[in-house]
Amino acid sequence: MAPQIQTGTYAKKGKLGKRFVRSIPFYLMALPAIAYLFINNYMPLPGLVLAFKNFNAKKGIYGSDWAGFKNFKYLFATGEAYTITRNTLLYNFAFIIINTILAIFVAILLSEMRSKFKSVYQSLILLPYMISMVIVSYLVFAFLSTENGFLNNTVLKFFGKSPIPWYSEKKYWPFILVLVSCWKVIGYNCIIYLSTILGIDRTFYEAAAIDGAGKIKQITKITLPLLKPTIIMMTLLAIGRIFYSDFGLFYQVPQNQGALFPVTNTIDTYVYRGLIQNGKPALSAAAGLYQSFVGFVLILSANLIVRKIDADSALF
Amino acid sequence: MFTKQEKIFQTVSHIVLAILAINALLPMILLFMSSITDDNVLIKEGYKFIPKKFSLYAYEYVFKTGPAVPKAYLISVILTVSGVVLSLLITTPMAYALSKKYVLGRGFLNFYVFFTMLFNGGLVPTYMNYTNVIGIKNTFFGLLLPGLVTNGMYIMLMKSYFVTSIPDEIMEAARIDGASEFKVFRTIAIPLAKPIITTIGLFAGIGYWNDWQNGYVYLTKRDDLYSIQNLLNRMVQNIQYLSANSQNVANADIGLASIPTVSIRMSMAVLGILPMLIAYPFAQKAFVKGITLGGVKG
Repeated sequence: MAPQIQTGTYAKKGKLGKRFVRSIPFYLMALPAIAYLFINNYMPLPGLVLAFKNFNAKKGIYGSDWAGFKNFKYLFATGEAYTITRNTLLYNFAFIIINTILAIFVAILLSEMRSKFKSVYQSLILLPYMISMVIVSYLVFAFLSTENGFLNNTVLKFFGKSPIPWYSEKKYWPFILVLVSCWKVIGYNCIIYLSTILGIDRTFYEAAAIDGAGKIKQITKITLPLLKPTIIMMTLLAIGRIFYSDFGLFYQVPQNQGALFPVTNTIDTYVYRGLIQNGKPALSAAAGLYQSFVGFVLILSANLIVRKIDADSALF
Repeated sequence: MFTKQEKIFQTVSHIVLAILAINALLPMILLFMSSITDDNVLIKEGYKFIPKKFSLYAYEYVFKTGPAVPKAYLISVILTVSGVVLSLLITTPMAYALSKKYVLGRGFLNFYVFFTMLFNGGLVPTYMNYTNVIGIKNTFFGLLLPGLVTNGMYIMLMKSYFVTSIPDEIMEAARIDGASEFKVFRTIAIPLAKPIITTIGLFAGIGYWNDWQNGYVYLTKRDDLYSIQNLLNRMVQNIQYLSANSQNVANADIGLASIPTVSIRMSMAVLGILPMLIAYPFAQKAFVKGITLGGVKG
């Protein structure tokens, strides 16, 4: 018995060794990515302890004194955590609901369109997605600039209204930001739904038409039910990222105007300002860790649910 | 043959989609029209869709005032090209390695890539690391390095393409014929994976061309390294920036009277948008394909 077991383990070792040797070229191929992800994603992780420190630039992250949960207590006690969390969540909810409904609406119209204009419409609606947020902020400025903007000088004048100082009146910004986000991402989202619709078997529609179902009925009885899995998937994945916001949208488009912070400050802009402008890196790190941690839990849970519904759509 | 209902539906669709398409374009039209309007008219009447007095002075000013704009263009181009090439050089081989089932420790490698999609340190630790440890602040690498592979998403996307769309048998046959793994990768896998490589290269390219954040965070002293987006970003706050920074202080010498303060923003933004608009018709098809390929997960 004994020698047999030995040959068995030898054989296994030999196999493992062979597998290892065969794997070497692939390890070499993986090397650049391993090194890059190490630098970009893993090396910073120990720096998260900064969230628990009294940061002192002279002593560095690791030399600074421990502060326990002081930074977090400050964040929550001053209400800053509340404001940035509320803004991040409410905007994301609005984006999820409005952008999803509009994207589906556009996707359905495009899918039913029997005209060569279809691709023209699609290209134009997708175009804003390709434009950087800095330039978007210029586009918005052309409309909203207090002195020279199109709205104040042309639209409001036409209606005989007095100019509005858009960049210091916070009450308009939730609408402006939702509008801008919608303008920018509708084309992108609608392509995802469109590709699902185009994958639907056309015979369903032909059969329904023979049975006398009109366009609207075909859409509500065939297209929408068959879109449901995609809608659920997209929504769940968006919920998984609900603690993250588009930094450019909330920082560039309101042009970093202090008067607008109560309605434009999200976790991402707060972290940025604390680090670069206000010199409070420890508070920033605490807000960032709060975001990463909740974000982690949300992504895991959202994915768990997605995997239950449709394993192929899951991230992992 | 359209039924009556179908006809109504088509007409309504046309109207709605046309409105949305025009809506997507309108801000850009306003931008362009304002950029070619005389500055004094703009000061009096604001940005308008129809220029009352046509003028190219803002453009003339941008190009005559100094090399800032052409230089920023050049940096944007170099950045975008090197960003795309490096991203693909990192992403493609890793994705290929992960697609091979017999690689020892594949589970670990998978997790190593995958974890970056779940959790990240966020801006502060990343900034501290790049600034204090790696030392890329105020160098060209500050623009390039932080965005090469933002997380494992593209690697995973490409990996699943290798797994599902490239038959193992072809590669196995080549290997039996004596080709090395590198040769199989280069001569068989890469050509077959062209669609996904194009897609990810395109996404990386758009990302780099549009990125302003890296320059904003990492280039605090080296504004000579500004990309076109950084230049635009800087001009949001400081309209004088372009001329203040140029060597040609005496504007009169080169025949420039005054800064076209109102139109110059718009002409700069047009210059920033232009390359994207030119490239868009060519890239659009691959882009749409890419969205459907990775959209649900992106």
